[in-house]
Amino acid sequence: MNPLLRGEDLRVVYDGKVVLDLPRLTVGGGETLSIIGPNGSGKSTLLRVLALLERPQRGRLFLAGQEVDLRGDLLPHRRRLAIVMQQPLLRRTSVFENVATGLRFRGLPFSEIRQRVGHWMERLGVAHLEKRLAHTLSGGESQRVSLARALVLEPNLLLLDEPFAALDAPSKTSLMDDLQAILSQVRFATVFVTHDRTEAQVFGHRVAVMFGGQIHQVGTPQEVFSFPATEAVAAFVGVENIITGRISEGGDGLAIFRVGGREVVVVGEYGMGEEVTACIRPEDIIIEPGGERGLLSSARNRLPGRVLKCIPQGPQFKLVVDCGFPLVSLVTKQSVSDLFLAEGKSVTATFKASAIYVIRRRKG
Amino acid sequence: MDLLWEGVTQAFWLIVNREPQVVEVVLLSLLVSGSATLISLLIGVPYGTFLALARFPGRSLAMSLVNTGMGMPPVVVGLLVSILLWRSGPLGLLHLLYTPMAIVIAQVVIAAPIVTGVSMAAIAQLDPRLRMQMLGLGASRWQMLWILLQEAKLPLLTAVMAGFGGVISEVGAVMMVGGNIKGQTRVLTTAMVMETNRGEFGLAIALGIILLVVAYLVNLALTHLQQRGRIPP
Repeated sequence: MNPLLRGEDLRVVYDGKVVLDLPRLTVGGGETLSIIGPNGSGKSTLLRVLALLERPQRGRLFLAGQEVDLRGDLLPHRRRLAIVMQQPLLRRTSVFENVATGLRFRGLPFSEIRQRVGHWMERLGVAHLEKRLAHTLSGGESQRVSLARALVLEPNLLLLDEPFAALDAPSKTSLMDDLQAILSQVRFATVFVTHDRTEAQVFGHRVAVMFGGQIHQVGTPQEVFSFPATEAVAAFVGVENIITGRISEGGDGLAIFRVGGREVVVVGEYGMGEEVTACIRPEDIIIEPGGERGLLSSARNRLPGRVLKCIPQGPQFKLVVDCGFPLVSLVTKQSVSDLFLAEGKSVTATFKASAIYVIRRRKG
Repeated sequence: MDLLWEGVTQAFWLIVNREPQVVEVVLLSLLVSGSATLISLLIGVPYGTFLALARFPGRSLAMSLVNTGMGMPPVVVGLLVSILLWRSGPLGLLHLLYTPMAIVIAQVVIAAPIVTGVSMAAIAQLDPRLRMQMLGLGASRWQMLWILLQEAKLPLLTAVMAGFGGVISEVGAVMMVGGNIKGQTRVLTTAMVMETNRGEFGLAIALGIILLVVAYLVNLALTHLQQRGRIPP
């Protein structure tokens, strides 16, 4: 199947500094591609390039199989897409006129504008605000109007730039639910830029992680969040335990990895003395009270240690345990009180060898 | 006190009876200053918008020239326009000196920088991301500019008020280039100066009242327009 959007060798340079360098990027028809990355990673630049608001110095762009002449008139191509930004940026006029903005640019007859605007105001739950002046709306209502204003264009490609970032929690949750329902029905190809990992997973069929103008990894949310390709990706996608050490023994599909004077068993074949990075999710680590005690289990790794910190995090506690190296675990409030977990207490941290995802260091 | 009371009474009857000499002066004032304001808008709004949005070498120089122009003493404008239109001056062939057209030119020189400066500030205070957003919804360059002007409507009305207010009450330059010729270039302000010098306080007061009322009505209308677009409390 031909992708709806294909970018090749896209490069943007500001003052001699490369801020975007993408050998290849595709978005399929009906697909949502989430792009995550820290501030300054180039994701907004990428979105501006895709929105044809900025011309890259190099590269080619194909929209629905047709090449976009990046040196020529971009307006006809730009009219096949729509963008929603972090700020609603509504005009000082009625909600109806705001939603109608893009249709008016395209010079559609009023009867069609009336019908389409009505339909999309309804779907975003802002039909009752039709006559209200846009600057009297709440933040959540404004962003709904902004989304209606983009969706009413029924674009080939929908570009969302952190659309929930400026909203309070309740507005954000309800709008995320509604938008997700809409996108699963209409199946516009969508590029969704965010720094929020949850949003990226909720919306993205695929997730791309950007650093320094480059995409480090693209894959399904499962792939990216469970098997990060680089340490930077691992750190960004929320793997709290990223431990670098050396392989000291190996064989039989298992290897021993030495870190902070301790041995950790990992799955896989590695070279002797090879430096690797182990990623362990905090929720995969089981904490038992007491050092070196406890029942036998199938878990290969049982490390005694001492609780360094016990930090409440919503319904859970984040426990930092010193096992020769710091290890972060998540436990419930209930466990903290039942096991009398507190700073300074001796505990044993248990985790399976298979719960560790190993990143081989890149040569050179 | 008698003098003032007598003057006000006389002024009242002059206005009520619509004395031809008064009506003529009022109409010419409105025509000349209205035209000058309109021309200043045609020059100042596009130029101010351009200065607010474009990035080019020499932009800060152009902006500082506009700001200087906003504070230019009208009497200097009168002098410059007089020299320009003088019989042996660069535009002397047009024989415009001491005609209403000369007054319009001088008033445009005074008002255009004011309109430009206010327009520039009005467009510059808009969120720069609004331009991106409009283009991202499929606006052409002209459609995007039209939206920006609409968004800056309220401060742009201020530009109209400031421009018109500046020129309708202007006297120095108007006297210099217009000459206060009865029936040809006599406007409210120059007539007032003359009548005061002649001790005809009644007529001067009548003209003064009319000038105040005209200025007030124009501003009232514009303020009303501004309020209509204001955010309700």
